[in-house]
Amino acid sequence: MGEPFLEVQKITKRFPGVVALSGVDLQVYPSEVLALIGENGAGKSTLMKILAGVQPADEGRFLVEGKAVRFSGVQDAQKSGIALIHQELNLAENLTVAANIFLGREPGKFGWIDQGLIQRESKRVLEMVGLEVSPETLLSELTLGKQQLVEIAKALSTDAKVIIMDEPTSSLSLRESERLFEVILDLREKGVSVIYISHRLGEVKELADRVVVFRDGENAGMLEQNEVDHDAMVHMMVGRDVSQFYQRTEHDLGEVVLSVRGLRSVEHRENELDFEVRAGEVVGVAGLVGAGRSEMLAALFGARPALGGDVIVAGKGGLPRSPRESLGRGLALVPEDRKGQGLILDMAVKENMSLASLRRDSKGPFLNTNKEEELVADMTSALSVKTPGSWQLARFLSGGNQQKIVLAKWLALKPKVLLLDEPTRGIDIGAKEEIYLLMEKFAREGMAVLFVSSEMEEIMGMADRTLVMHEGRITGELTRENFSEEAIMELATGGNINKAK
Amino acid sequence: MKKIKGILITLIVIYVATAILGENFLGGYNQGKLLERTGLYGLLGIGVAFVIITGGIDLSIGSVVCLVGCGVPWLVMRQGWSPGSAVAIAMVVALGVGLWHGLLITKLKLQPFVVTLCSLLIYRGATRGLAEDQSQGFGGEHEAFRQWGTEAIEVTDKFGIPYPFLILIVVAMIAWVFLNKTIWGRYLFALGNNEEAARLSGINTDRMVILSYVICSMLAALGGLLFILNGNSAQPSDFGNFYELYAIAAAVLGGCSLRGGEGTIVGVVIGTAVMQLLKNMINLVDWLKSHMEFLIVGIVLLVAVIADEMIKQRVRKLK
Repeated sequence: MGEPFLEVQKITKRFPGVVALSGVDLQVYPSEVLALIGENGAGKSTLMKILAGVQPADEGRFLVEGKAVRFSGVQDAQKSGIALIHQELNLAENLTVAANIFLGREPGKFGWIDQGLIQRESKRVLEMVGLEVSPETLLSELTLGKQQLVEIAKALSTDAKVIIMDEPTSSLSLRESERLFEVILDLREKGVSVIYISHRLGEVKELADRVVVFRDGENAGMLEQNEVDHDAMVHMMVGRDVSQFYQRTEHDLGEVVLSVRGLRSVEHRENELDFEVRAGEVVGVAGLVGAGRSEMLAALFGARPALGGDVIVAGKGGLPRSPRESLGRGLALVPEDRKGQGLILDMAVKENMSLASLRRDSKGPFLNTNKEEELVADMTSALSVKTPGSWQLARFLSGGNQQKIVLAKWLALKPKVLLLDEPTRGIDIGAKEEIYLLMEKFAREGMAVLFVSSEMEEIMGMADRTLVMHEGRITGELTRENFSEEAIMELATGGNINKAK
Repeated sequence: MKKIKGILITLIVIYVATAILGENFLGGYNQGKLLERTGLYGLLGIGVAFVIITGGIDLSIGSVVCLVGCGVPWLVMRQGWSPGSAVAIAMVVALGVGLWHGLLITKLKLQPFVVTLCSLLIYRGATRGLAEDQSQGFGGEHEAFRQWGTEAIEVTDKFGIPYPFLILIVVAMIAWVFLNKTIWGRYLFALGNNEEAARLSGINTDRMVILSYVICSMLAALGGLLFILNGNSAQPSDFGNFYELYAIAAAVLGGCSLRGGEGTIVGVVIGTAVMQLLKNMINLVDWLKSHMEFLIVGIVLLVAVIADEMIKQRVRKLK
């Protein structure tokens, strides 16, 4: 395999309250597809941002072709031949393909852009990724899959030797994904290396020459192509057998608690959603990014008023209009964006925990501080929240503890139905396990739990039943005995249920 | 306490400095006047603090002061209304003004800066039209009514605590209880920090924002009323000019963040006192000229904001 093109040694990166990377190593050889896998919060994205010069490392060494380098910005990384393609594409939809390829480094003099050069160079790189569109096409006219290829073309135009792709297929259809794989393998033939980050182990198996596994910000192991199989990867990712990680018990299902009838969200106004969840049942909602899962939860909870339909909780309900009304009915929502929607970052742990139940516990308009203290003490011990004190600002807690605060806020109201949107996103593996145990506990206590997750393992490990969504519709429903990664993917990409089974 | 330490020290430093440098500063008359001014401007500061805590701003305060300050004597003297009914209608108008601002900001999602900038122009223009640009006042009449703005509780024969200051203390106590002891106060801070998270926690955030604009306009009206009772003469073209900026400056000095979610009532009152003290110092210290007022107030404000930000950043680094 020769010498690595790019090598990093003992990279460490700390964020307030969490060590994202502690002393990780990585080598990238010329002409290889290196897959990087690990649970959310394992540090993959952080390392990639460091490699691409987006963030500086706190400690560690960088070698490009054996020579030590130091990146102080994206430009430095680009000059060394490293390009990062973010999960959310960084393109301007209102510009042409060519303008996007050269955005920020337009060739020319005195502010005058050399259009001829841009056209020629754009055609060359578009050809390399096999995209047959004119450089003058507006980006907004292309599908997401084609936009992805434009990003790759853009990377190639900087003479990238290593292209990092962060979950490139998360919003692509099956066909688009396959097209992307062809391009990746073709790039490898041309001497470009690709670092491929994905949660989809099937893809990884298909593509990768080598698989590097991260766990909790550390190297968890490496697999050569002939060693790559599903169980080995999962084992390395979670550090033990998955069956131990998700400690499910059989749930006794009770009455139907949540019944959704003809619900229409603002984003998918033509699709009506219908389903039910029973007491003590844990229901997963799977689908690709953009399938309308979060929108469904938001409409269900009244976070964004629904256009039509009824949400009935324990026999009572109607059109969801506001969060306030919904929580009165016994619904609770743990939103996807913990910092933006779940927490008041600059308020104390205590004030965050009591926020939703203040009204219930108040004496007229006045705060009941005794009751508040009591509630916070109960919740802190029940969810084992780790904080130096209830006065600490939520901002300074780790992701897992922040998520527990959001949970505590809702549990204080004793909801009948708990809605969770990506409940374990961006939290470390220990906290993740605690969240799973809590979800289990809530279900055993008779709560109905509905959770959206983009992690296949999580859906398969936790749910009694799974709804799969595609383009704003529920394309199918799988009970536990029918769970398989293939079946879920089939439905998530708009396939049909019979084929899925 | 931690939050107001800085401004309290500033107040003491300027107070002592003026006492040393200025003539007659410690005299009973001057001290009374200082309390009176603090009382009048402090009401506006407390009002705008509510709006600033929600992350908003109200630029129309000075124009509301003008509307009420000219409108009440106009109703009483030119239209023959009783003082009581004139005050009542002024308060109802102020309530309507705050409601209107709040509705435009929450329901139509207009920016507070733009809404209240338009109001700044509209209410002043309307007042000038109503009063036909004539100076308004009570002349020598309605002494009893005017006492609310002019009288003081005597302590010594030269020094008394002015009514406007007593009114400020009462309002400040109510505001303090509201912000610190009621669920609504907690809601205001929560939504000022993160409106979406507050809304998703079941708080009727729109209603709270509207309430804060109503409180602000009504305190501006109360301030405007006391200003005219105290001064007895209001020129529609300049009465209350820039008062919103004094109020905002006092709130910021007192620890309110224009990003929302932060601020204390005690801080705002002290901030107002600092502003009035600075003015007083410029008058009393020989080598400070009156045209330097804006210069000095501006510099003090800037230094306070810079110091506050630097301390915050240091605290964040330590954690």
